[in-house]
Amino acid sequence: MTRYHRRKLVNAFNLAASIAVTLFGLFMLGWILSILFIKGFQHINWAVFTEMTPPPGESGGLLNAIVGTLLLTLVAVLIGTPIGVMAGTYLAEFGGKSRFASTVRFINDILLSAPSIVVGVFVYTLLVSPVGHFSGWAGGVALAILVIPVVVRTTEDMLKLVPSQLREAAAALGAPRWKVTVNVVYKAALSGMITGMLLATARIMGETAPLLFTALSNNFWSTDMNQPMANMPVVIYQYALSPYSDWQNLAWAAALLITISVLVMNIFARYGLKGHNQKP
Amino acid sequence: MAAPQTQYSKHSRQAMIGAMGDKLFKGTAFFFATMVLAVLAAIILMLFKDAWPTFQTFGFDFFITEKWDVVNDQYGAVIPIVGTLVTSFIAILIGIPVSFGIALFISVMAPEWLKKPVGIAVELLAAVPSIIYGMWGLFYFAPWFSENLQPLLTDTLGELPLIGQFFQGPPIGISLFTAGFILAVMIIPFIASVMRDMFDVVPKDLKESAYAMGSTTWEVVWKVILPYTKVGVIGGIMLGLGRALGETMAVTFVVGNAQELMTGLFYPGSTIASTLANEFNEADGLHMSSLIALGLILFIITFIVLAISKWFLLRLGKVQEGRST
Amino acid sequence: MSASVNADDLLEKTNYIRAVADPKIVLRDLSFYYGKFKALHDISMDIPDRKVTAFIGPSGCGKSTLLRVFNRMYDLYPGQRAEGDLILDGENVLGSSIDVNMLRARVGMVFQKPTPFPMSIYDNVAFGVRLYEKLKKSELDDRVEWALQRAALWDEVKDKLKQTGGALSGGQQQRLCIARGIAVKPEVLLLDEPTSALDPISTSKIEELIYELKDDFAIAIVTHNMQQAARVSDYTAFMYLGDLMEYDHTDNIFTNPDRKETEDYITGRFG
Repeated sequence: MTRYHRRKLVNAFNLAASIAVTLFGLFMLGWILSILFIKGFQHINWAVFTEMTPPPGESGGLLNAIVGTLLLTLVAVLIGTPIGVMAGTYLAEFGGKSRFASTVRFINDILLSAPSIVVGVFVYTLLVSPVGHFSGWAGGVALAILVIPVVVRTTEDMLKLVPSQLREAAAALGAPRWKVTVNVVYKAALSGMITGMLLATARIMGETAPLLFTALSNNFWSTDMNQPMANMPVVIYQYALSPYSDWQNLAWAAALLITISVLVMNIFARYGLKGHNQKP
Repeated sequence: MAAPQTQYSKHSRQAMIGAMGDKLFKGTAFFFATMVLAVLAAIILMLFKDAWPTFQTFGFDFFITEKWDVVNDQYGAVIPIVGTLVTSFIAILIGIPVSFGIALFISVMAPEWLKKPVGIAVELLAAVPSIIYGMWGLFYFAPWFSENLQPLLTDTLGELPLIGQFFQGPPIGISLFTAGFILAVMIIPFIASVMRDMFDVVPKDLKESAYAMGSTTWEVVWKVILPYTKVGVIGGIMLGLGRALGETMAVTFVVGNAQELMTGLFYPGSTIASTLANEFNEADGLHMSSLIALGLILFIITFIVLAISKWFLLRLGKVQEGRST
Repeated sequence: MSASVNADDLLEKTNYIRAVADPKIVLRDLSFYYGKFKALHDISMDIPDRKVTAFIGPSGCGKSTLLRVFNRMYDLYPGQRAEGDLILDGENVLGSSIDVNMLRARVGMVFQKPTPFPMSIYDNVAFGVRLYEKLKKSELDDRVEWALQRAALWDEVKDKLKQTGGALSGGQQQRLCIARGIAVKPEVLLLDEPTSALDPISTSKIEELIYELKDDFAIAIVTHNMQQAARVSDYTAFMYLGDLMEYDHTDNIFTNPDRKETEDYITGRFG
């Protein structure tokens, strides 16, 4: 009986601890989000969306940073998605268990979690240092390198979920392999592949580290990809660590905007697309 | 109604186009798959090339010198490397039990209606951009920590022999420990969701047989679920460690960026990533080269950790394949 | 490219089971391997044109494997290969010079589970046609209607051709797949347990369909259901452990089988 009591006690204690740490995790999320929302909404106003980032000590907005982030993200997705989709297609449809495919899969999974700041350093050595100045293109390429592994992974996973019977049925009609893939398999996996793309977009929108050494920032309106380009994450970084309260306030507003966009995109990607809530 | 026969001469041209399309499509796919490898190779090559002056100047001393002196152009990687390892170690130490508890709660304990919302909340925690953690850490967590938890820890754990020296430092809340704690909060969702996925694939029969023997929930978890998913759980932990090692923004805000080596975890310090974020844009010459060398070291450390993680996860896949057939 | 083979010559040399008067497909010493495992052993037989040939036998006997050799479906998977001759209209289709996609355009296939593509009913049926023929819109419309009527599905779907194929019932989906298969006007139709996932009413509809379609095509059907084989087929082949045990007119197989294994199987003593 004592032994049984002890077992029950251990059980109760550990399960209680499990609930406690779950509450701890939820509390952290609540704490972070509530501060973000309170501080952020205090400082969101019309000027945020209409004015440029200000010089020290003045008030201003985030317009150029918002546009810059959208532009950089767009470039990254446009470069990264086709590469990722094709590489993922190779792994799912042609690679099989060959040594080459296994190696690509392995390296891709490592790139998926590789430190983004190293990607920033890499693109600096590749595209910034040779031309002598920061540029939007460099920022876009750095983000694209982060997009590729996510898209490769989700594309492969989603294509593998398509039953092989569907491929056989299309092949049985005499469709060449590429038409089977493009016209049937892609269609069947479409929502999953879009999920992957959205998750990749959400991931890079808030990335700061790789932009510090590539796109850097710019206090003026600029859509020239050959020049340094303002973007939300770097503005947040620079303004939050500044001693000026106007800048810090703008940083909170920017932080809220970027977090909402990222979270909304995540939720939509995971739960909004009908019939697909697989994880990447 | 009879089916009229179609002419196959017309088909053969289509078939030839099809065959060419196949070659082209497969070739393109192969080319882009190769690009994944090329990116990795290019990262290592470019970093190594630009780090070369540093290795040439300091040789092996770069890895064992703790001096990081921009004024005199003397660089050693010990402080940022130690800082990186220490913060990540703290993160893992806090992160493992918490992630395990959360995964356990979602997978085993929570009623059906609660599983999904808690799961979503954990995933949201993972999706919050790291710079937000940094701001929250700097403006809210660090002040709270220095006023409340830090004195408490110094007065209790700090009095102990041997480990007491680790719990010392100025009451500013900006420290290696704070950075480690925030890293823990950041990686918990990653580890928790890997563990949860692992726990979810344990066959129902196995769990039910253990319950049928009269096991308590905890005993089922500890003696059946955990051994069954052991390799995957380790893989998940390594994945979280990989994230912690390379995380930049959350750390840079709160670590203090001091190039000094202290035993006390409550002293400001620096990590590889925070050093890069702080100094890169003002650096040139040997300073720049040394920073790039730090980046290369960080990449290699995370590469190894992530490779180990992947190896464990692959092994789990094989074990399960073996059992299911 | 066409390795023209005189079937009669081969018949002399091989241990054939039965030759038919008007063979559409001729198999000689056909073997099949999954890697090192030999799944089919030297099968020789003739498949008649415009008749239904049923393949029966216990699970794992190789009947589906054999069907997948007819359109070289195994080509999709590395490690699977066939040896011997499979002659379609005098041309050996196992040769490396044959264009597999063209072969498949001539040999339609319907699978065990319905496989509607994730697109509209119309696009499903038009899928194969568009691959090999450039038709005007009106011609394509006619072809789609023709195929759907032939598959006895037209009346049920004519008002919702733009809806996705996946929204149909299981039996309708399977008839959609048949329509898709015959829309390209193949010469041979392969049916791999086409009714095993369907309810009895859908099954009888498909069986009626098979009976009608044999006016136009050589049909080969794999089935687990012996009554079905007896109902729809003109010839029946009994396979066991990768061997063709017996091949004859369906009436003979079911009333007066030559071999004991055949009798045991059709009387339900094993399998």
